[in-house]
Amino acid sequence: MVKDPLAPHRSQARGGPLQGGLQEAGDPLTIAGETFPSRLLLGTGGVPSLEVLDRAVRASGTALVTVALRRVEASTNGAMLEVLDRCGVRLLPNTAGCRTAREAVLTARLAREAFGTDWVKLEVIGDEHTLLPDAVELLDAAEQLVAEGFTVLAYTTDDPVLGRRLADTGCAAVMPLGSPIGSGLGIRNPHSIALLREAVDVPVVLDAGIGTASDAALAMELGCDAVLLASAVTRARDPERMALAMRQAVEAGRLARTAGRIPRRWHAEASTPMAGLPEL
Amino acid sequence: MTVPVTVNGAATDLAAGATVADLVAARSGGHDRVAVARNGDVVPRSSWPSTSLQPGDVVEVLAPTAGG
Repeated sequence: MVKDPLAPHRSQARGGPLQGGLQEAGDPLTIAGETFPSRLLLGTGGVPSLEVLDRAVRASGTALVTVALRRVEASTNGAMLEVLDRCGVRLLPNTAGCRTAREAVLTARLAREAFGTDWVKLEVIGDEHTLLPDAVELLDAAEQLVAEGFTVLAYTTDDPVLGRRLADTGCAAVMPLGSPIGSGLGIRNPHSIALLREAVDVPVVLDAGIGTASDAALAMELGCDAVLLASAVTRARDPERMALAMRQAVEAGRLARTAGRIPRRWHAEASTPMAGLPEL
Repeated sequence: MTVPVTVNGAATDLAAGATVADLVAARSGGHDRVAVARNGDVVPRSSWPSTSLQPGDVVEVLAPTAGG
């Protein structure tokens, strides 16, 4: 947490007005001791073309982009990496498609070879219809990868207890789903996300289920440190425009969280004073 | 004389003495960010030139792609 979350938004003059733009203002995301200027992580899955990817990445302001490994004939696309390199983003390989700890650990090792990074988004899927994480395999894989020196960002359910177990294992970030991958259903259990945020000391990244900008803002308002999304942007009618919407939503949600919202009340509380009310 | 192996799920015959480096050169199109698994284990890049493929080997040659 920054000491004065508003400080980055103030103008040079002491006590000056607040200014927009978290990224310019310096409220960075820190994971495993490394800082990122943006609190939006972007997945590349579902992107219709490289030109769209380029524009969406730039509009999103992201500094961390996920990629996958697949058989070379089926999907070789050196041009995609060239685009991402030009955008200046860091690559975060994932273990998408893995269903067991063994597969995920091997995939992470292969990703380390291919990308030259020991950072990995650990994903171990337990059900083909919902693509929900398999908690048992996930925890097993996380333990193995942490022991091998990987920096593990674990895609998980919104279960605060599992989140804590992953953090205790040494994961660098815990990434709970809002709802199933690609569903666009938003955050189905905000209470669980807030509880998970309280349960761990590592960064919490809301990952999966985001459909539109208000979902991303809600994630940040609930206390998440960042949001990871792919389909919401790549499959939007206008990905570049949605990427900008997500960037602004994440920034707005972060500001609202650090601003301290008013409590919810059952009844109204007048904002205009009663004193001096004339008798008419 | 050829070596029967499985590469990315397809049976194929390689020239005798073919190494992982040879296979990568043939399959990757000059791609530099490639990883290779052989019989369920990673073959480190540094070992590609010295790793000869054996009959029955199951090899996966992987490259980056778009993904969540």
